[in-house]
Order: sequence, then structure tokens, then C-alpha cells
Amino acid sequence: MTTEKTVTLWIDGVKVTAPAKSTILQAADSTNINIPSLCYHPDLSVIGACRVCVVEVEGQRNPVASCSFPVAEGMKVTTSSPLLRRLRRDIVELILDNHPMDCQTCARNGTCELQKLAHDLGVRERLFEGERKRIEVDKSSPVHRNPEKCILCGRCVRVCSEVQGVHNLSVQNRGFHNVVAPAHDGKMIDSVCIHCGQCVNVCPTAAFTEQDATESVFEALSNPDLHVVVHTAPAIRATIGEGFGFRVGTPVTGKLVTALRMAGFKKVFDTNFGADLTICEESEEFVSRIKKNERLPLITSCSPGWVNFMERFYPELIPLTSTCKSPMSMLSTLLKTYYAQQSGIDPQKIFVVAVMPCTAKKFEARREELKTPWGSPYTDAVLTTRELIWMLKCVGVDFANVEDGAFDSPLGVSSGAADIFGATGGVMEAALRTAYEKITCKELEKLDFEEMRGVEGVKESSISINGTIINIGVANGLQNAKKLLDRVVSGEKQYHIIEIMACPGGCVAGGGQPYPPKGIYVLDPSLARLRARALYAIDESKTMRKSHENPAITALYENFLGAPNSHLCHELLHTKYEPKTPRGVK
Amino acid sequence: MMTTAMERLLERRAKAEKRLRKEKFDAEIRMTVGSATCENAAGANEVFSSLKELIKKHGLKNVALSRVGCTGRCDMEPVVTVFDRRNTPVKYSTMSPAKAEQMLESHIIKGVPLKEMAMPRAGVTADARFSEDGLWADARLTDRFSSIFGDVNFFGKQMRMTLRNCGVIDPESMDEYLMVRGYQAAVKVLGEMAPNEVVDAITKSGLRGRGGGGFPTGVKWSFALAQKSDEKFIICNADEGDPGAFMDRSTIEGDPHSVIEGMIVGGYAIGARQGYVYIRAEYPLAIKRLEQAIDDARKEGFLGTKIFGTEWDFDIEIRLGAGAFVCGEETALIRSIEGERGMPRPRPPYPAVSGLWGRPTVINNVETLANIAVVILDGPEWFASIGTAKSKGTKVFALAGKVCNTGLVEVPMGTTLRDVVYGVGGGIRDGKKFKAVQTGGPAGGCLPESFLDTPVDYDSLTAAGSMMGSGGMIVIDEDSCMVDVARFFLDFTQDESCGKCTPCREGTKRMLEILQRITSGKGVNGDIEKLLRLGDTIKRTSLCGLGQAAPNPVISTIKHFRDEYEAHIREKRCPAGVCTQLLSYTIVAENCTGCTACRRKCPVECISGNPKEAHVIDQSRCVKCGRCLEVCKFDAVKRK
Repeated sequence: MTTEKTVTLWIDGVKVTAPAKSTILQAADSTNINIPSLCYHPDLSVIGACRVCVVEVEGQRNPVASCSFPVAEGMKVTTSSPLLRRLRRDIVELILDNHPMDCQTCARNGTCELQKLAHDLGVRERLFEGERKRIEVDKSSPVHRNPEKCILCGRCVRVCSEVQGVHNLSVQNRGFHNVVAPAHDGKMIDSVCIHCGQCVNVCPTAAFTEQDATESVFEALSNPDLHVVVHTAPAIRATIGEGFGFRVGTPVTGKLVTALRMAGFKKVFDTNFGADLTICEESEEFVSRIKKNERLPLITSCSPGWVNFMERFYPELIPLTSTCKSPMSMLSTLLKTYYAQQSGIDPQKIFVVAVMPCTAKKFEARREELKTPWGSPYTDAVLTTRELIWMLKCVGVDFANVEDGAFDSPLGVSSGAADIFGATGGVMEAALRTAYEKITCKELEKLDFEEMRGVEGVKESSISINGTIINIGVANGLQNAKKLLDRVVSGEKQYHIIEIMACPGGCVAGGGQPYPPKGIYVLDPSLARLRARALYAIDESKTMRKSHENPAITALYENFLGAPNSHLCHELLHTKYEPKTPRGVK
Repeated sequence: MMTTAMERLLERRAKAEKRLRKEKFDAEIRMTVGSATCENAAGANEVFSSLKELIKKHGLKNVALSRVGCTGRCDMEPVVTVFDRRNTPVKYSTMSPAKAEQMLESHIIKGVPLKEMAMPRAGVTADARFSEDGLWADARLTDRFSSIFGDVNFFGKQMRMTLRNCGVIDPESMDEYLMVRGYQAAVKVLGEMAPNEVVDAITKSGLRGRGGGGFPTGVKWSFALAQKSDEKFIICNADEGDPGAFMDRSTIEGDPHSVIEGMIVGGYAIGARQGYVYIRAEYPLAIKRLEQAIDDARKEGFLGTKIFGTEWDFDIEIRLGAGAFVCGEETALIRSIEGERGMPRPRPPYPAVSGLWGRPTVINNVETLANIAVVILDGPEWFASIGTAKSKGTKVFALAGKVCNTGLVEVPMGTTLRDVVYGVGGGIRDGKKFKAVQTGGPAGGCLPESFLDTPVDYDSLTAAGSMMGSGGMIVIDEDSCMVDVARFFLDFTQDESCGKCTPCREGTKRMLEILQRITSGKGVNGDIEKLLRLGDTIKRTSLCGLGQAAPNPVISTIKHFRDEYEAHIREKRCPAGVCTQLLSYTIVAENCTGCTACRRKCPVECISGNPKEAHVIDQSRCVKCGRCLEVCKFDAVKRK
């Protein structure tokens, strides 16, 4: 082990020892001084653009940006002085002067970093008010872009390129006319955007938000002709509590079910059922490909951000990608077929709402290939976790104090394998539990595949099933996925099965998840870790932990679908992909 | 027997001399036509072709014609110099094809120089100083220029170091560059000096960056030399963006090899085997001449592998800038070369540690690089003997504005502003009164008369509240409104802000809004204080030099001309009569004869009145174009 070189410096007169490579801002952390910042994000590159974090360093002519200025031996730093207070106040006012200032009606009211900063830094009057930029909101896609609220911190640009490898967003025009937009100031829907929503997560203001579905859901709920049902993704139960004051990583499945009933949904199902079904179909697909030794590796298709990415950037991988619909789409399809038939309700009168940790699910729900024969989508509305939190607050549900409820049967019964779908590596672990038993016809003794767990960007492993070595790859965050996929494309490494989740950390850190509470930040690996821990705890608490052992699934096959991969299965549970290039690109 | 690189170079020079003597130097008469972009625009190309045709038409033997770079006489272009063995060189100014014909018939054919077309002499006789043979001898590099041109007042206070060969040699001729000791500095360092000795020589010379920052060049090189890396780069910054500044363009157009040579020396000193010239695409002629010079140097083996027959490899590529002012900032320039949007990044790390593609990189301005050969060949001690204690050598300025002689001037550091404005510039045009001199480009400051004895050097100008910058110098007379001047410069920097950092992006916009308010008569009490506060915030917190300097024109004009701001704000009056919205035109009834001239010329028809009766201007509709004032013959229209 090498010991890291350190330096000693003084921050506000306090002696601090910090790694030689750290910045002043990082070194100040240990003194319990929070230097205000805005464009800075611990997990993104440092650009020093907003200038809010300026501090005085002895010997420097001007204040320096503490986010980028390296520490040095004997350095003397002042983080607060009359000059610095004035400079920071002026800088934040300059940002506000070019901002709509409609805080009370803004989606980020209360969670806005600019609002908080303006308050903390004491911007109580406007000295330099003038012209404000006027740019139309781009509502073309599930990710809405409002340049008027953009403060040009560039976090979205960095997350889109550095974390997701999509490079859709960039700063355009000069100076006061700067705008963050897709290429040629195009619409989001015409761009290479994969709708993952990470820009929404990192945005300090409401310059990026999700397309609002709450109004259409409220409307459906009040329509007496409609039978409105809801199903919630595995990751929701691990995060929605944060919206009601629960600590990060508190599972609240039962309260979630009760709250949804109170909100007026006729039935509350579990997307987990769809997850179990996905595993049955996908493992069948995998086993058949392994046996024929063709179209390997099999690549999972649950993450809609990943599917969008694949169609745009890796169309050559279409043949390798599982044809299984996502758990959401499988369950929504069953709701308008199997459930409609069983309950004798006209499927055209069923309104399916899915609560997802994800903005890309809104895009998935609108895909042509995922529509009913009568033309409407199988999933009528997708709510993000954030939207559901607001809806429940709007209808006055006292979430923290409601009794636990249970999902409706049979489409609410699920195995522990389904719960862990929300964490990176979870789909793989669930698939292996089933595939192992399908191939070997033996019972799997150790269900926990520890090597699949954790928030590392790329995880690789090999297991032996019946003497065959199966090479496994798991990636979360598309920049990480690229590393894995480039190896597949180049043939550098032979994988048999690959799981990809678009969002860093998996669905628990998806683009539709709550803005984390103070002390933890978006992209923080510990945020994903804590939320995932809740899912693994649920899995462990269940006795049924393998998808193919779900009795409701067995009944579904017996009563309705036939065998896995049957003709009907293909019609209802599988889909197809096609290469998609942005408008104007051939 | 092995020959040294220097011996080979001198052999090559002897060959060049032989060829040149045959082609032009031994001719009875040699004519050169100044052919930089500005001179071509003034008609130099036409003059050149007509001279060429005339020589052919008259069957003149023993008359040579060639092009040279710019001599800096902007107001006298195109310039044709005649080297006549029977006479001292004669410089003909503001030439045209017709004048060229006249001159040729009289001077060249009849041997009678045309005094009325020649530039006026300063009473100095150049006879003693000039001889065609002496011109090509191994003189000090700076001496050639004045032996030809130094006989007029304009050049009296000047010293041509950066521009030593501009106007002297044909920029497109390798042979002519070799005649002025070209590439001897490069060969000297490659053959006789270790990299650290080269760095030491530059450090000792006291040469500082000419692009504006004024950082000691030798120190910058030493940082890069100290870095261990498999790859290093040297970049020539030719992204000259200051409006009105053209010293880099003229240097490249007039003497491209001097820049290449500077880069070879710099590359060797720091350990860079690849150089880039980042030049604005708006400079087509400079690009063309530089490209040709690079090609020629490659053909000679001066660039490429094993240059000059030594073990050292060095090559240069050109990268074109797309017209963003901020790309002159070194980190933005690097981003631009890398193919990214040209936006500055925080420093440290400085490019000398982590620059182009993360490798140690030295970025030097054109003018800095053009001085390198002088330091090497004429010695750091000699170089350091010119200038002031902390600013050595010379500085080129683009002298413009309300001065009699506008042009490109090069003066030793420490020359006073007064000497530049009145000595070189010949004072204020049309007998007007001097008001201010603006130095340092759009981000510099305006200095009033009381600062005219400020010596031109980095530290004195900064102390006076302006800056050296890249070398813009605009002289302002009593007819200019200082608030409007500040607004003009801020408009430029505001427009060119890349938008990355908040203070520059938002702050300059707000400052501009306040200035627009003041100049349109809507200023309110407190505006001056707001400008100063915002200016201070922007200066202290901006990410790069562009923002840090952007408020300078405003701050310096408030400091020295606060009364003008106050007149605009409190009295709604523009003392210089520039801000149109604060002007009013009225007709004095007693003087008006009712001639109807103003009424007929008014573009918005806001003047009424019957013939032979006093006319009246409708103030609510007047657009203050001043047309009525111009046409009135009876002094009846008054501007306030």
C-alpha cells in the first residue's frame, strides 16, 4: 500500500491536513465549513464556472474558485470575509437576474439549490435587474427542457457525456445567449437523448424536469367509466419514503400499497410480478441460446434508457438483446389481456398507471410496438417516484402513519428475485437463480450472488453451470456499459450474459427518483448503496426467492400463456427493436 | 570531413546570395512593393502588376521588382520603395497604377526621382547609412530596417526588432530570409546549446510574453522543460482578436520564417517535437504565407525529422480559429485545437504542466516568438539593454484613432505615451485637443492627458490603470464621449464572452445595460456606484483574463472622466455631443431665412415652416440625424 502524500494548510486559521491532490473545497470539508457552491458536483469533472465557491488565498491577487484550486503546503485560506460575502451575493444575484423567479409555482420549489443558495447568501434585494433571456420550453420528450430556468452550471452536460456517454447536451451560442441544448438547438425528441433523466437529477433548478403525468392520472381517477389500476416498480418501495421524511434506504412497501388505495386506485399490483415473468421468459431465451450456442451474449432489456441507447449507438447489438418486454410492459399487457379476461372488464376501460423510478419509461410506454391492437398504449400513464410523492401529498395521504397494506392478487405476488431488479446486478442475480436450475435441474443452494452486488460501474464474473463456464458482465451507467459493449463488439471477450442498467447504481438511482435529502447527493455511490440495501433486505426476508417458483406465474402459464416462449408469450410478452438515428442523420 | 550544421547553413546562404544577386541585388534598380493584407486592400496588387507590365513594356533590363511585408505606414499605403544605385532609397506613398507609371517614367527611366510623390524626409540623410551591399551584411538584426526607412519622423523614435524584416525582405522567399541571418539562431541552439542554456538565455534577456499577460518567457519555458513527459508541445498563438490590432498578422505576413524559427528554438528548449500555429481564419494571406514558409522549411530540411541535419525532430502544423475572441485565451485555445468548444478552464494546472491533450505545452504569442532569434543571435545581454528595468526589448503597437500618423509602430519599452502619440503619431489630427489614449485592446483602460508621460511598459501601464495587452493603442480626441467609448468596448467584450462563468456572462451584460441607460439619458443616481461595484466583482471573480479585464474601460473612464458620466446622468447632457439621444436640434428663428433646405432634407419630415418664414423642428419626431445642421447655410440650426 502506498501512503498518499499530504500537505498541511490553514483554513480560517484551522490547521488542516489534506491529500496533496485535493482542492481547497475538498480540504475544507473536514473543517465542517461548507463553502457554498453550485456548478461543482463531486462525481463530475470540475469546471469552475459558477464562481460561487470563491475563497481568498494569501498571496493570490484575486479570490480563487475553491472547487478547482489545488491545496499547497502552508497555504492560508479564508472562506468568509466581507469581500467574499459581497462577491458571492453579487454572483448569485447575477444568476437570479436572468432567472424567471417564479419560485412559488416552480416544480423545484423547496428542492431548488439556487433558491437555497440565494437565501443562505443573503440575496435580499436586486441591484442589477435587466433583460432576461426568453427561450421556449422544449416539451417534446419525457424530459422537459426549460432554458429560462437554466443557470448554465453545466452539470447536465457533464452527466450526459461523462456518466452516460450520450453527449447529447452541449452549451451553444456565446455569452448572454448561452443555452444548453441538443445539437443545433434541436428538440429533445429529435436528438440522441435516451430519456434517462440523469440531467433532471443533477440539475440544481428546474431547467430539466419530467413530463408531467399527474394531471392525466387525476383525471382518469375521477372518470367513473374507467377502471384505474396501478403497479409499482421494485425500486419505488425503497425510495418513496424519502419523500415523507423516512431515512434513505427505508423499505415502505406496505405503506405504499395503502397510500395508493387511498388515492383511489381500484387495484394495486406489483411490477415485481412482471419481473418474475421476465425472468421466466428471459431465462428460457438464455437457456435456448446457450444450448444452441448462438446469439451470445444475451443482453437484458429491462432498462428503457439502455434500450434507447442500444438502438441509437449500438444497433449492431439488436440481435443479441433479449426480446422480452420490460417488467412494466409485460404486466401492463397482462392487465389488458389476462386480468381483463379474468375479471370480465372491457380492456378498453382499464386505465393502467405504472409508478416508475424512471423518465425513460414514459418514452417506453409510448412506443408503437408496445400498443394494444386498438391503438392505445398498454401503459396509459407513467408516474415517476417524484410525481407520486407529490400526488399523495396533494390528496393528503399521511404516508408516514398509514397501515401496511398488501398488493392485490394474483398480479401482486412476487419472489424476492423480483425485488432486487431495482439494483444494479439484481436482474442478473435473479436470472441466474432461475437459469441455473433450468439448466442443471438441480436446486441452487446459495442464492446470493455477492459478486453481482455493489455499485461498481462494471462487474465481471464467471460461474460454472454443469461444467460450462458462463462469463457474466454487469454494467450500470452507460459510459461504463460502453466499456463492456466495446469488448463485445470487438470480440475481445466472450460473454454469455450481460445486464445493463442505464442509470448509475441501477433503478434505485433512476432519473425519476426523489431528490435526495441533505447530506447525500445525486450520483453519490452511498445513495444507491443504501437504497439497494433496502431491496436486498426485502429479498432476504422472503421465503420465495426464485422467479420460477412464483405460484402465480405458474398459474398464469397454465391457465393462459401455455409454456414459456409459447406463441402467445411471443405475441404478448416479447418485442422488437430497430436502429434509431437522430433526425437528419442516416 | 564532417561539416557542422552551421557550416551547411552558411553554404546554403551563399547559394541564396548568388541567386539573389543575379536576380535582383545586382540590378541597377530594385523596386519593392509593400504587400500585406492592408496594402493589398489599398491597391498594392494593382500597383505591383502595373509595374511589372511597365517593366516589360519598356523592355527595362537591370530593373528588379519584388514584394515585401508591411512597413507600418497605414495612412500612406501602398508604398513602393526604389533602391537606385545612383541614389538613396526613395519611398513612394499612396501609389496607384497611374502614379506608378508616372514614377517609373521619371525615376526609373529618366533617373529623376519624383519628390512630390515621395514620403517627406525628416532632414536626416540616409546616405551615410544605406548601401545595398551593407544591407545584407551580418549586421545586428535590428539595424537593417532603419537604414532603409529610418529617415522620416515616424520612425525616429521607433526600433524595429519584431518587425525587423517586415518591409525589408520578400516574405515568400527563403533565400531572402537566409540573407538576414535566417535560421542561424535555430542552428546555433541545436548545435551549440543545451536546452537549459537556451532557457537561461531567454530568461536572462528579460523577454516577457507579448500577448498581453507579460509573463517572463524564459520562466514559462523552464516550467515546461522541468516536466517529464513522453510528449510536449509548443503553440504559437496567432489568434489576434483585439479589434484594430494587427501586429501578429503583419509579422506573419511580412516575416513568417522568424516565427517558425522562434518555434524551433522554443521546441528544442522545452523538449517539444511538435508545434502548432493557432491562427484566425480571417487572416487568409498570413495563413497562405505561413503555409508556404512551413513547406519551404520542410523542403530545406529545417522542419521535419533530423532538422538541419542534426538529431532533433520538429514539425509545425497550422490550426485555424473560427473567430471567437476568447480562443486567444490559452486554455480556450487548447480546447479549440483539441476540437472542443473553445472555453477557458480553471488554472492551475497551467498548460506548461498540463496543456494540449494533457501534455506540457508552452503557448507563446507571435511577437514573442519573432523576438527569439534576436535574443539568440544578438545576445541576451544586448536585448536586456533595451527597455526598462522590468520590461525588456520593444513592443509593437497598432496606433489608431485621431492621430496624424496611424500605423504599426514598434518602440523600445519605456518610451512615453507622449512620444508615441506626438513623436511617432505626429499629434492629434485636425488641430483637435487630445482627450485620452486607450491601450490594451478592448479590455484595456483609457488614460487622460495627465498620464501622457507614463512609460510604455507592462508595470507602468498596469499601475496607471490600463494595461499593455496585445498592443492596441487608440488615441481619442475632444470629439469623443468617454461614456460612449466605454460602452463601445464593453459591447465588444460582452458579445465575445464565452458564457462559461457567471460574472462575465451575466455581469458584463448588466454593466452594458447600465451604460446604455446612461448614454440614452435614462441614467439614475447610483448607476456609477453600481458600475464600479459590478466591475469589481467581475474583475475579481471571472474565470479567465477576458472577464477579469472586461470592466477596465468602464472603471478607468469613471476614474478619469467621472464628470462626463455625471453630466449624462444628472444633466442629461453629452458634453462631447456624441450620444444622439441626449442631443436636440433647434432652429434659431432670427437666423432662419426660410430657405426650406432643412425641411426638404429632413428624412422624417419633422421640420415645418413656409418659405421665407422661420422653420420649426418637431422634437417629438426628430431622429437627431443632424442632416438639418449640415445643410443649413445660415447657422440657424443649433445642436445642444
